[in-house]
Amino acid sequence: MVKRNPYEQNYYPPVPTKLTRWSRVSLIWQTFRFIILNIKILRMVRKH
Amino acid sequence: MAKLVILGAGIAGHTAALHARRKLGRQHEIIVIAPNSKWNWIPSNIWVGVGWMKPEQVTFELAPVYKKQHITFKQARAVSIHPQGDKDHAQPFVSIEYTHPDKAGQSEQVEYDYLINATGPKLNFAATEGLGPDKNSLSVCTYGHAHQTAGVLREKIERMKKGEHLKFVVGTGHGMCTCQGAAFEYIFNLEFELQKAGVRDKATITWLSNEVELGDFGIGGMLLKRGGYITHSRIFAESLFTERGLNWITQAHVTRVEKDRTHYELLNGETGVIEHDFAMLLPPFSGVGLKAYDKNGGDITSELFAANGFMKVDADYSPKPYDQWKPSDWPKTYQNPQYKNIFAVGIAFAPPHGISKPMKSPNGTPINPTPPRTGMPSGVMGRIVAYSIVDMIKGKNKPLREASMANMGAACIASAGAGLFNGSGVSMTMYPIIPDFEKYPETGRDIKYTTGEIGLAGHWIKHALHFAFIYKAKALPLWMAVPE
Repeated sequence: MVKRNPYEQNYYPPVPTKLTRWSRVSLIWQTFRFIILNIKILRMVRKH
Repeated sequence: MAKLVILGAGIAGHTAALHARRKLGRQHEIIVIAPNSKWNWIPSNIWVGVGWMKPEQVTFELAPVYKKQHITFKQARAVSIHPQGDKDHAQPFVSIEYTHPDKAGQSEQVEYDYLINATGPKLNFAATEGLGPDKNSLSVCTYGHAHQTAGVLREKIERMKKGEHLKFVVGTGHGMCTCQGAAFEYIFNLEFELQKAGVRDKATITWLSNEVELGDFGIGGMLLKRGGYITHSRIFAESLFTERGLNWITQAHVTRVEKDRTHYELLNGETGVIEHDFAMLLPPFSGVGLKAYDKNGGDITSELFAANGFMKVDADYSPKPYDQWKPSDWPKTYQNPQYKNIFAVGIAFAPPHGISKPMKSPNGTPINPTPPRTGMPSGVMGRIVAYSIVDMIKGKNKPLREASMANMGAACIASAGAGLFNGSGVSMTMYPIIPDFEKYPETGRDIKYTTGEIGLAGHWIKHALHFAFIYKAKALPLWMAVPE
């Protein structure tokens, strides 16, 4: 977890939890997201 | 037989050339005029800039591709457009000056029936004192700049390994810059590389940009659905900066870059100085400086081009305040209103106004991003304009094809660290690019298509796009199946 000092600029933004950070590099979850993101992008592309 | 001349072989121009060739018989001539011998997949220059890729991996020679496609390639820069011809030419023509080593400095007049201006921008380092790779800052705008930047980064890493603590500044080198996304990618890749080298604790990294807030990206930011909230891209970006331990200074117009420090003015009128050992600051863009002349040699540059040097197209250029901006101000067909056989695509067309709200410091200095129109939109414009011209050449009585950025989505995959299993990317999609608060009163964009997420999948997509777009640009079998 990032060290955050009260009243400094990095005190306010949300930071990811351990679970979120793990999910960002989990091969199974990211393979699923890879498929979903590609579908989203292709749907967008099809609009033009 | 018709002659289509395309100025520029970047994403927009090259896409237009390939699609036009695919649709037109060989009796029609297609000529591409570009000053560089190589095509460059610019989005991967970020990886060249941190040393993860070499320039050869993001470029290839254009001449063999054009030869195979029966497209004439002239390695030259366009100097002027003569849309009415002149006393020696009944046809309109373009004056060019060769940059190919064998013909360097030679001039030629190239006649055309249809012209696509896809020159891209001039990297206007001169707008800020001391800015640029020949002076006191670095860049990743070209593969050459990026390669130089990677070399400097290697040196700095060696110094940090010996125990020195160094300061890095990444961002925009002027109050009117665009392409914040490229600098955004660079700062995260830089941080990732320093982590990998084991010297992250020896570096202070600061973002310095002209955005009003982090996450503006020159598109006025975006509202997206995340974690049960509709949240602004500012929160998304600030979270990422905080997580990686990066500092940020926004609302900044860089006034001067020295060897070891950068001077800036803020939107509130205050001035500041930030010290650095390494500064990667993007330049503002302007038109490439093309001139235009009528048949008597009279200068008509201001008729064809806006004051910033970009070409006027079918946009609404009437000056209006921010609250009166409309999506319909944006061009649809990219046709010049005066000369119907001239089109401008990609960065070369003059936008009607910004997307981010224009702002000025109390000293009158404009500090706001100018609108991005690179990557995916550039490719779409190139294709659509090529199709329109093909229709015109074939005499089809069809309306011109349309590809307004107000009716076009975009996917922006920003690398945040290159690695097959430990890399990361920020995947953002938005629809439309130009916010439309009449159609989407709450968010300005369709929340179903406007998304953002961070993860390894983003890196995989960015890496896959690298190969897919180079494959497409080389016009290898079934290249047209890869969408823009």
